[in-house]
Amino acid sequence: MELSGAQIVVQSLKDEGVEYIFGYPGGAVLHLYDAIFQQDDVKHILVRHEQGATHAADGYARATGKPGVVLVTSGPGATNAVTGIATAYMDSIPMVVISGQVPSPVIGSDAFQEVDMIGISRPCVKHNFLVKDVTQLAETIKKAFYVATTGRPGPVVVDVPKDMTDPRIKVPYKYPKNVVMRSYNPSISGHKGQIKKAVELLLTAHKPIIYSGGGVVLGEASKELTEFTQTLGYPITNTLMGLGAYPATDKQFIGMLGMHGTYEANMAMHESDVIIAIGARFDDRVTGKLDQFCPYATVIHIDVDPASISKTVKVDIPIVGEVKPVLEQMLELIKDSKKKPDKKALEAWWNQIEQWRSVKCLEFDRGSRLIKPQYVIEQLYEVTKGDAYVTSDVGQHQMWAAQYYHFDKPRRWINSGGLGTMGFGLPAAIGVKLAFPDADVACVTGEASIQMCIQELSTALQYKTPVKIINLNNRYMGMVRQWQEFSYESRYSHSYLDTLPEFVKLAEAYGHVGMRIDKPEEVRSALEEAFALKDRTVFLDIITDRTENVYPMIEAGKGHHDMKLRVALGTSTDRELA
Amino acid sequence: MRHIISILMENESGALSRVAGLFSARGYNIESLTVAPTEDASLSRMTLVTRGNEDIIEQITKQLNKLIDVVKLIDLADSAHIERELMMIKIKTTEHTRHEVRSMANIFRGRILDVTPTSYVVEMTGPSEKLDAFVAAIDSDTIIEVARSGPTGISRGEKGLRL
Ligand SMILES: Cc1cc2nc3c(=O)[nH]c(=O)nc-3n(C[C@H](O)[C@H](O)[C@H](O)COP(=O)(O)OP(=O)(O)OC[C@H]3O[C@@H](n4cnc5c(N)ncnc54)[C@H](O)[C@@H]3O)c2cc1C
Ligand SMILES: Cc1ncc(C[n+]2csc(CCOP(=O)(O)OP(=O)(O)O)c2C)c(N)n1
Ligand SMILES: [Mg+2]
Repeated sequence: MELSGAQIVVQSLKDEGVEYIFGYPGGAVLHLYDAIFQQDDVKHILVRHEQGATHAADGYARATGKPGVVLVTSGPGATNAVTGIATAYMDSIPMVVISGQVPSPVIGSDAFQEVDMIGISRPCVKHNFLVKDVTQLAETIKKAFYVATTGRPGPVVVDVPKDMTDPRIKVPYKYPKNVVMRSYNPSISGHKGQIKKAVELLLTAHKPIIYSGGGVVLGEASKELTEFTQTLGYPITNTLMGLGAYPATDKQFIGMLGMHGTYEANMAMHESDVIIAIGARFDDRVTGKLDQFCPYATVIHIDVDPASISKTVKVDIPIVGEVKPVLEQMLELIKDSKKKPDKKALEAWWNQIEQWRSVKCLEFDRGSRLIKPQYVIEQLYEVTKGDAYVTSDVGQHQMWAAQYYHFDKPRRWINSGGLGTMGFGLPAAIGVKLAFPDADVACVTGEASIQMCIQELSTALQYKTPVKIINLNNRYMGMVRQWQEFSYESRYSHSYLDTLPEFVKLAEAYGHVGMRIDKPEEVRSALEEAFALKDRTVFLDIITDRTENVYPMIEAGKGHHDMKLRVALGTSTDRELA
Repeated sequence: MRHIISILMENESGALSRVAGLFSARGYNIESLTVAPTEDASLSRMTLVTRGNEDIIEQITKQLNKLIDVVKLIDLADSAHIERELMMIKIKTTEHTRHEVRSMANIFRGRILDVTPTSYVVEMTGPSEKLDAFVAAIDSDTIIEVARSGPTGISRGEKGLRL
């Protein structure tokens, strides 16, 4: 089969099994768009801003486990995609971004819409390729998918100069079934001796804790994690990225850990004698002050990326491998072992944890006449029966969604953790809805974040992706305001927007349904109404208590045992805010 | 401590910038860096000298290994090895000083590559400290320019860095 470069790109995507490309056209990719026009297998989703394309592809990838695919033009198209590429990079999301480039002969001459995309993207991609020869195009695309989806996943950019897609130049096409790269061999199964040592240590622990993260979601190992945890009977905490990998409604789950984690999870980490970290990377939002982190614990760490191990916290038993096969081997050893977990010690440990739990660190004022954001999430959880896909933006609302929506399944909680990218939520929700048209998809956002990619409301209309936008409108960049309240004597420097649009009208202008809710008693019925409108995108502008803060909180420079808890119930609304 | 990391990597145009970019992005220091193709034209060999404590060096080697273009690497400082650097140094000479420069070069086993009425170019190879010592031994006012390759190295014995 002889194809032009443009046809090769499209045919390769088809052969790779790609359902959707999220993109935006421009000069350097016109040949490609012409090839897209002439087929129906790979569906193109036209966004309104290239950042939206990357987040939508990212949301699709997080929800399905399949790589997200993006197509942008050179220059401004490519630079607009960078934020979304970096977002995917920080959370290890598989993504392939095809960027147009000026024709090879003029590269380097400051040609129209030329930027060095290979150079610009290099620090925030797993790898990137510049296509220099059209006969290598198919293999390069195969390599891009291979690198993006294996080992520690991540985004890969393929920069395609316009002359590589020239419709007049046809070359033989064959999409390789697989590729071998001598310089890239991610390890999979883990070292047997290390696994054995880890199991022995785990079975002698008195105050063990399982700390699992996004790697379990990425590695499709939530079944194995659940069996592992329940066989041992140990407490488990998840990172923000790991939520859903272990059912949040199970009694062994003690909540998220870290800066806005639960009191019980952080105290248990602090007091533990053995920690097993599973697909988690000891992020600074999790560890707090490093020299006070888990002072009594011996640490086991399973991670497919050796560079994640002992990067910030020194690990005693490193295991380099994929979580799934490693947990399978561990489970087998545990079942075969004569040694069993120390019942008495474990009982004492659980008693201690229950004491911490009884502090009820997530309680909030339920009698308020203002809408409490936590209450909205609780109601969202009930109305959707805990089974929705929830995307979020970045800020307080993100933390409340994480704390009060109890995710029982992996890939349901879709948020930007590592980069913390405002603007992520809405396009991500569109990507999720395309992947699962029958599922409930909610985007929990804030009035500041939503405005960063609000133009994608238009995409949602065009492709009929009825998502529900839960705008927790506190008229503040709440998360920023909270830090200013705690650390800058409430000098709220530029943490509010003096003018806000009328979101209801805005939603209507984009062809959607808008609702404004400002009384607690209206929240439930509004949510029910919104989700009943199966085929409409609904924007719920929910006017919440603007003084509310996220608790608990470990402030910068503090350890896990040094948490700031809500002072007293019912006080927050009385505070005067400037 | 000083470490000499030898890297075999794909001989691709972007590979060098990936390594350099990694060091600047992560705040590691590079003391010197040399790179050239090997006997297998598809591979380059890079020698990189860096400093850091054990934890930093461990992260550096892990991060380097993570680069897709890196095929293999070793830290030469981990075992017995030989290292050599090439220097060319241009020295101002007069009738009176010529002899002294020549005998100094001889002591250091340097070779004189270029002679003009007013200058010498001396070539010298050796461990970096030897080159430092030579430079220190020459009157600094007479040094016109110095071009050094940065050290490259190889391990002793039968084993080697190869595919
Ligand atoms: C406003 C805000 C507040 C935040 N507060 C918190 C907080 O309170 N608590 C919290 O936990 N986070 C918080 N975060 C998120 C935080 O910044 C990090 O993104 C998060 O903690 C990282 O999660 P993780 O350790 O699970 O790692 P991830 O980023 O999910 O990384 C996954 C790890 O698993 C490895 N891995 C991937 N695939 C596999 C596999 N198949 N097998 C084995 N290993 C694999 C990877 O190499 C990597 O090391 C917050 C973020 C924001 C924006
Ligand atoms: C693109 C981007 N710019 C700035 C920030 C810093 N930031 C983090 S949270 C936040 C405020 C978010 O406000 P809002 O969306 O209203 O959410 P709230 O905290 O009020 O729930 C800001 C500005 C960011 N995370 N992303
Ligand atoms: Mg807000």
